[in-house]
Amino acid sequence: MKRRDFLYLTGIGTSAAILPSLAFGKLISVEEALTPVDVALKKKMADVALNTAKANGASYADVRVGRYLNQVIATREKRVDNIANSESYGMGIRVIANGAWGFAATNNLDKDSIAKATKLAVAIAKGNAKIMTEPVQLAPQKGFGEVSWKTPIETNAFSVPMAEKVDLLLSVNNEALKGGAKYINSNLFMVNEQKYFASTDGSYIDQDIHRIWPTFTLTKIDAVAGKFETRNALSAPMGMGYEYLQPLDSEKIKGGPVTMYKKRYDMLEDVREAAVHVDEKLKAKPIAPGKYDLVLDPSHLFLTIHESVGHPTELDRVLGYEANYAGTSFLTLDKWESKKFNFGSKEVNIVADKLETGSLGAVGYDDEGVKCGKWDIIKDGILVNYQTIRDQAHIIGEKASQGCCYADSWDSIQFQRMPNVSLSPGTAPLSAADMVKNVEKGIYMFGRNSYSIDQQRYNFQFSAQIAYEIKEGKIVGMFKDAAYQANTQEFWNSCVQRCDKNDYRLGGTFSDGKGQPSQASAVSHGSPTTRFNGVNVINTGRKI
Amino acid sequence: MAILSKEEAQAILKKVLSYSKSDACEVSLNGSDEGNIRYARNAVSTAGQIDVMSLSVSSTFGKKTGTATINEFDDASLKKVVERAEELAKLAPENPEYMPPLGPQTFAESLTYNAKTAAMNPETRADMVAKSLSVSKGANLEAAGFLVNSNRFSSIMNSKGLFAYNKSTNVSFSVTMRNQQGTGSGYVEQDFNNLDKMDTLALSKIAASKANGSAGAKAIEPGKYTVILEPLAASDMLGNLFRGFDARSADEGRSFMSKKGGGTRLGEQLFSENVNIYSDPLNPEVPGSTWSGDGLPVTKTQWVENGVVKNLSYSRYWASQKNKQPLPFSRSIVLEGGNQSLEDLIKSTEKGILVTRFWYIRMVDPQTLLLTGLTRDGTFYIENGEIKFPIKNFRFNESPVIMLNNVEALGKPVRTGSGLIPPMKIRDFTFSSLSDAI
Repeated sequence: MKRRDFLYLTGIGTSAAILPSLAFGKLISVEEALTPVDVALKKKMADVALNTAKANGASYADVRVGRYLNQVIATREKRVDNIANSESYGMGIRVIANGAWGFAATNNLDKDSIAKATKLAVAIAKGNAKIMTEPVQLAPQKGFGEVSWKTPIETNAFSVPMAEKVDLLLSVNNEALKGGAKYINSNLFMVNEQKYFASTDGSYIDQDIHRIWPTFTLTKIDAVAGKFETRNALSAPMGMGYEYLQPLDSEKIKGGPVTMYKKRYDMLEDVREAAVHVDEKLKAKPIAPGKYDLVLDPSHLFLTIHESVGHPTELDRVLGYEANYAGTSFLTLDKWESKKFNFGSKEVNIVADKLETGSLGAVGYDDEGVKCGKWDIIKDGILVNYQTIRDQAHIIGEKASQGCCYADSWDSIQFQRMPNVSLSPGTAPLSAADMVKNVEKGIYMFGRNSYSIDQQRYNFQFSAQIAYEIKEGKIVGMFKDAAYQANTQEFWNSCVQRCDKNDYRLGGTFSDGKGQPSQASAVSHGSPTTRFNGVNVINTGRKI
Repeated sequence: MAILSKEEAQAILKKVLSYSKSDACEVSLNGSDEGNIRYARNAVSTAGQIDVMSLSVSSTFGKKTGTATINEFDDASLKKVVERAEELAKLAPENPEYMPPLGPQTFAESLTYNAKTAAMNPETRADMVAKSLSVSKGANLEAAGFLVNSNRFSSIMNSKGLFAYNKSTNVSFSVTMRNQQGTGSGYVEQDFNNLDKMDTLALSKIAASKANGSAGAKAIEPGKYTVILEPLAASDMLGNLFRGFDARSADEGRSFMSKKGGGTRLGEQLFSENVNIYSDPLNPEVPGSTWSGDGLPVTKTQWVENGVVKNLSYSRYWASQKNKQPLPFSRSIVLEGGNQSLEDLIKSTEKGILVTRFWYIRMVDPQTLLLTGLTRDGTFYIENGEIKFPIKNFRFNESPVIMLNNVEALGKPVRTGSGLIPPMKIRDFTFSSLSDAI
């Protein structure tokens, strides 16, 4: 109905007749999810908003027509808990009027509703202008005309038959049960963001973005002792298609205590190993608190990078825009201006990269029409840059935005979000197995577990899915109740060695939370296995 | 527009069910109209208004269920969403835990809606924020805050004749005030269903006073301390505890409510004798929906009495397995306290630490419910019944189960989030390291 109304009102009914009938449906069919909305139609709708905004006094406007597809398959032991396909489709309109921002969104995509939402955005901007202290300053951005970008996938996960995906998860569960698991939950999350951006700068950008995340939690119970232990999957959420779930030996790193996966994941193999790990966890010895050298696998280190490097280098936090929620940052502008703030050791080279293949944050253009790229954030241990967007770039003297703007839905306001922020691999050849050989008293950690950091990103505490004891260069068993507590700057200054590019892998999260109302963002962090010396480790065991 | 009346919602749900060809069909229709304004650095940063409405259809053949959702409501779309759910159901494997829909139920009328809150508009919000900004600017502080109000409806109907509808409003305000040097920070947060109760000026003055009072914090050694938790800090700790009142995970042996050797800790003295927790959606201070998502009536339930666990929550399926009555949880939680004010608790403390709030709380060990996190936005040292000086923030590692065994005193409960939570005096609270964060 919405489509027909719109077509009628905009006078493009003839060509509309040959459009896929689902173009404007909000339905969740697998087949229809594969049929994107016609680009010409999106442009027409966007132009209604842009023209209405200008006619009502906006000095700038951008429009995002978003179609967000999600598919979730959740299983438990021998059954499927849930299969859900969802789609959210609508338009968000952001304007500057009288120097202030205004935003409104609608899922009624007929001409009148778009115009009405646009007028509301302008009215909100004008209302906000009354209590504004200084007008918005946008970094200049040229229009790109009509362009497009797609995640380079091999197999669209939405096109893989449901039965095949369910079979995979139930096979994973079966392996877990065969391995003695009492409980096993396995899930597969698939995301397709079909985003169309248009602005009064003259850009019309059509993007098709894919993400996938297979995961499981395996639980064993020692009823006599009243104890349970779990191990989560060591997969990473990826900016890939279903090919991520098709194992390749060349994408595995074997030889250590845990098989590690690069851009192809073997879920069946991982769950078999997990069943063995949980037995070891149930028998693991409690850690003696103290200083240890940490060898951190990328499946664990990504989250430490995310929290202690990614977040404090977000310029909006540095400036105070997140003070009421996510917090501010210890990396204040004076530290960056000094050009000598020693964030970490010389090993620490951190790069922001919005284009990295396979990463969750890879897009061609951000959600305010800026073409994406790559830049240094920490160079040889020194803070050299932040992450920014168009209305904040001028504050750090940048002439252009770094393309870090993102909204999690058409009805969310876009704002500064973290690009992929990664620790570069070392240049000298070094494998993880060789790194372990030189550690006298250490812990080798895999997988994310508990994580917590303060609102300015000084003090953090992390634990892992698996913590092996390293004694005199050898892995001698598993620790339980191990968590490391550190200060960000001290921790990164204790970074002494990185493995080489052959060990480099991505980790990531689907649900980085920030903003009010809170929005989720998906972001990856790459790293090689990395060694940190003399880190404070606590024992988290308690009795209740 | 997105807020349908009971009759309007019922009409759409009936129409959807009329298209169903499945053995059983459950439909839910929800809508919200939400307006917000966000400010930082003493100026409005973003503001918006969002209306959404969505319909979800779950169709079942035998024990095979499929679910589809939609946000268009013309007849063709409604027919299609039903067809889609039915197609998915046919493709789905059997769910051995499937429970057939409930028949008609009786629900009490909820107290969740307030017309004045529903009528809030961008001007109302801007005026409320202007009051907050007048405080920060007047005190030479920098404010960052968020005001959001929502007007929602939710409704469900199924092929067995069950129908439930609820309409609710909420207004939520929070603000952080920081001094110009970045050495002091204060915070307040408040939720109400009723706009009349929300005073952004008075709340902002509290945040300002904490920002000034917390400047120049001294470092004291981490360790075990008697703490006085303001209701917000107490509530931050208790969320994870409340989520643990689930019978199934306890029976399965993977919860802090699981008993050594099997079974649950239902009936055990798990907390201090002065701990009493109940939920009641008809409590006018913390009104909630009187029905759960699966159509069960939600009524007043005692969860903990004199420290003893009295009830665990049972889903319909788990109840059927354990020969129990299903029992839904409610967000309208009340932790009973006394009549003492926060000031009274401070006065009675020889040495201790006052905590305004906690931050970044994460589960460290689900078995003991050990949590870690940090203090934030105003932490103070108490000596001889008085606040002596602000102290630097701490990281804690503590379990709310242990915390509720170390209760020295509970003050007068106040609305915090969706619950009524008292300020608490707790002994031996474990702080494990210092943080430089302000």
